[in-house]
Amino acid sequence: MARVVIFGSLRAFTGGVETMEIEAATTRELLKKLTARYPALFDTIESGVSLAIDGEVFKDAWFTPIGPESEVVIMPLMVGG
Amino acid sequence: MKQDFKILGTRPIRPDGLDKVTGKAMFGADKSVTGMLHARILRSPHAHAEIVSINTAKAEALAGVKAVITGDDFADVENSATRYTMQNCMAQGRALYDGHAVAAVAAVSKAVAAEALKLIEVEYKTLPHVTDVDEAMLPGAPVLHEGVKARTLGDDVSGNTVGYYSFGHGDLETGFSEADEVIERTFKTAAVHQGYIEPHACLADLGGDGRGELWCSTQGHYMVREVCSEILHIDASQLRVTASEIGGGFGGKTTVFIEPVALKLSQKAGKPVKLVMSRDEVFRASGPTMSSSIDIKIGMTKAGKITGAHAKLRYQGGAFPYEMVMMGAMSAFAAYDLEHVQAEGWDVMTNRPKMISYRAPGAPMAVYAVESVVDELCQKLGLDPIDTRLLNAAREGTKSSYGPTFKAIGLVEALEAAKAHPHYSAPLAPNTGRGISCGFWFNFGGQVSVSMAINADGTVSLIEGNPDIGGSRASISMMAAEALGIEFDRVRTIVGDTASVGFSDVTDGSRVTFAVGIATIKAANAAIKEMCKRAAKIWDIDAEAVEWVDGAAQPTGHNAGDFPPMSLAEIAATSGKTGGPIAGHHEGAPDKAGVSFGVHMVDVEVDPETGFTSIKRYTAFQDVGKAIHPAYVEGQIQGGAAQGIGWALNEEYIYGEDGRLQNPGFLDYRIPVASDLPMIEAVIIEVPNPGHPFGVRGCGETSIVPPLAAVANGVAHAIGVRMFALPMSPPKILKVL
Repeated sequence: MARVVIFGSLRAFTGGVETMEIEAATTRELLKKLTARYPALFDTIESGVSLAIDGEVFKDAWFTPIGPESEVVIMPLMVGG
Repeated sequence: MKQDFKILGTRPIRPDGLDKVTGKAMFGADKSVTGMLHARILRSPHAHAEIVSINTAKAEALAGVKAVITGDDFADVENSATRYTMQNCMAQGRALYDGHAVAAVAAVSKAVAAEALKLIEVEYKTLPHVTDVDEAMLPGAPVLHEGVKARTLGDDVSGNTVGYYSFGHGDLETGFSEADEVIERTFKTAAVHQGYIEPHACLADLGGDGRGELWCSTQGHYMVREVCSEILHIDASQLRVTASEIGGGFGGKTTVFIEPVALKLSQKAGKPVKLVMSRDEVFRASGPTMSSSIDIKIGMTKAGKITGAHAKLRYQGGAFPYEMVMMGAMSAFAAYDLEHVQAEGWDVMTNRPKMISYRAPGAPMAVYAVESVVDELCQKLGLDPIDTRLLNAAREGTKSSYGPTFKAIGLVEALEAAKAHPHYSAPLAPNTGRGISCGFWFNFGGQVSVSMAINADGTVSLIEGNPDIGGSRASISMMAAEALGIEFDRVRTIVGDTASVGFSDVTDGSRVTFAVGIATIKAANAAIKEMCKRAAKIWDIDAEAVEWVDGAAQPTGHNAGDFPPMSLAEIAATSGKTGGPIAGHHEGAPDKAGVSFGVHMVDVEVDPETGFTSIKRYTAFQDVGKAIHPAYVEGQIQGGAAQGIGWALNEEYIYGEDGRLQNPGFLDYRIPVASDLPMIEAVIIEVPNPGHPFGVRGCGETSIVPPLAAVANGVAHAIGVRMFALPMSPPKILKVL
């Protein structure tokens, strides 16, 4: 199962939980399971998040594969200049 | 990953250079059509006011006036972000900052349009305003918009506080208890403008049938199409947007300010409308970056190990909700491998123009504050500033302060290059100080589209959808040539309009050379596959028995057949007889952009009598993965450094008690010009990005992050006093001397 890390201020919507394990093959499946577990995260995830999978940052990519040993960090949707 | 290159790393003549130096390049204001009208915008003289009424009758009656619009001409839109953008282009009900648009006129000439503006009668009821970030956060401050406060915040902050973010790990109390020295400081930085030379400009032609053409200066014409079609309630397919050559953007042209206004005027007048901002309007009503108020606390051992680090960032982002402080909070401590770290950030609205991205948005001010305290700790503990940074530097495998674990990165290489450079050991003159700072930027990927045609004469025409703001047409042509195995000058890359090639995200986030580059390589591979197929047909062998080597198809071995290599030009020449035109295309959303680090070193001399700071020597070291065209890369590094120097020393939005901007022009808003600066030496570090076939990382933004602290640290060493606010303009330096 992938190890999911929630960034600091988002933990307000997970009851303070920072890390958890979720079984998911893709980022979309992971985000769906995450919001099912923590419905308060729905608005944030629906408006877009970035994910770091094993150190590589992905933005709005539903079908990025996630390995069983992967670390997935949920981050805000990032923008540049 | 490919590492043996024939084209990459060379310095061919810039394909955009001749047009720009001869005046042939068509910028936003250069386009004209027969019968077009000229538009002007009436702007609020108040920082915050209710618009009680607007009477446009006299203006409409003026001879030569063809259309007048106000906020009432724009119907509501469903998406709140688009609604805020629309209301920033044209106020509805309230003017939220000095310079906010309240009405617009299209007329037969600029003079008539200007005259008509004087005839528009606006009745305002002024309201309390706030322009300072700390004041805007206080409970009881005038609130810009109700109901948008960050949902995790309590009553201790006002409704202007629209975002709260926190990143980090470990335990701060433990971290600070392990330190021999702890320094806690508060910093302030002023809002600064991107300072592009070309003002916002567009030419809009929207018919009553909903079909339109728009020519504009932008970093993202697809973004312009999406936002404008939504605001105008027309189909995206019916609005064709063409990006002009761009006279600078730096993040400031990643949204719309005037395009919906010009389109609405055109629709109402039934004629094309040209709208060009004055410099005054650019300053008052197009996005500057955020101002900030920052608390930093860092603990360090006598040996230089950082044991704990805490940042509190309060960013002021103008009159509408926005999200940007998170980028500062994520960047603040990214350069360091820390066990106990936290960075918090608050996004705050005020009665100022809405912020928009400025090169590495959010990062420079956060890193300025952090790197200033790191420097002060080094000074206090008698430590070498580069050795101390090397001791704490993030490297491959470091769990970053914002969460992800870094892959291959080049900070250590940049620091080592800085330490070994002659600049670091050069003697200093009197009244001169040397400053060092690290810097960081994420770099992005995102949506791209590339279409590549192999022409019958053996040349290649490539269309992509991202405006070229820093040499991307050259780098894309070079990557296409490298992938195809042909000469650089056989490829021409153009930026297509929104009807010519698929959707592409905005040119931002240092993403284009990385993301469009990947799409280009994949498009080339698709074309190569087809060319191998054509060669196989000619040779009457299996397509799988043909490979592409050095720009030519050849059999994979003797068993496949004994044929001499067939070049791209030879295959292209017969394409009409072997199956028709040959092309390759790719649409995708590449990720794995690879972060970038830089280290800047500067010698500053401060005149004790005038407080004037001059830059005596400046060297910038940056990991760019692979420099495609080193001259453009050096230009990006030098440009970012120059802008950061301006931010550190002179640039600032100055507001009066009345909430009005006091210095909306380049005479009173001082940016560095060529004569202010020495040649900035750019030292390119190449630690390949494993996420790109050629090892490319974005390189456009990291360079603006370190200069603020590098210059501030240099000034502190030159004058023996540390300042905690930017800019460090001569009067402010004189005050502390």
